[in-house]
Amino acid sequence: MTNDILKYLPYKSSFLFVDNISSLDENGVVGDYTLKSNSYFYEDHFPGNPVTPGVIITEIMAQIGLVVLGIHLMLSGAQKDIIMDEGSFPLLTSTDVSFFKMVLPGEKVTVTSKKQYFRFGKLKCLIAMHNESGEPVAKGVFSGIIKNAVKKDQ
Amino acid sequence: MNRKEILIELKKVLAPYTESKAMLDGINEQTDLIKDLNINSANLVDIIIDAEAQYNIEIDFDAAEKMYNVGNCIDVISEKINKPA
Repeated sequence: MTNDILKYLPYKSSFLFVDNISSLDENGVVGDYTLKSNSYFYEDHFPGNPVTPGVIITEIMAQIGLVVLGIHLMLSGAQKDIIMDEGSFPLLTSTDVSFFKMVLPGEKVTVTSKKQYFRFGKLKCLIAMHNESGEPVAKGVFSGIIKNAVKKDQ
Repeated sequence: MNRKEILIELKKVLAPYTESKAMLDGINEQTDLIKDLNINSANLVDIIIDAEAQYNIEIDFDAAEKMYNVGNCIDVISEKINKPA
């Protein structure tokens, strides 16, 4: 089951933005998330006119596209020299995202990520998000690292 | 390729990753990539990947760990180009 990976995600409750992983291998991942209508950010962004903030869209893309894939790669031993322990966590190091459509409360979005490289503990991916009609919502290049990764004894 | 030639090529590799253009023009073997050139530490990985393409070499984890200043970068690169895999 590809959803087994979800138990390794370090996020909890209001900042977990992954529901389901439908495909996962060493080259990429596909997953989805349904925006909750009662999420805290809709009340203030914007009052009477709730729209999913771009930072949340970016976070959904990063959690599915980078963190899920990154943890999978670490667990499968793709990185020969470093491993994760309880003090390790993922950190975003750069994003370059374009947004094409608004995402409204209750919408389900699907994130598709393709690995560009994973080297020296850094993962760089091309990540796209689509809505339920299959229309592009956002697209971009994301990179992240595993902070406090542990060097493996040779 | 001698150290001076490697340095000239290395400048081109570093250019996209630093906004300190004046510092880049005046780099020497003591220049620290993060402290002096204000390069984002995660971009060191991209610099290593670009250097591999530029010099047609392969850099492993142990060598990459040493590449924090210009002199160390030149050490690693000159060792690899003079000893092809």
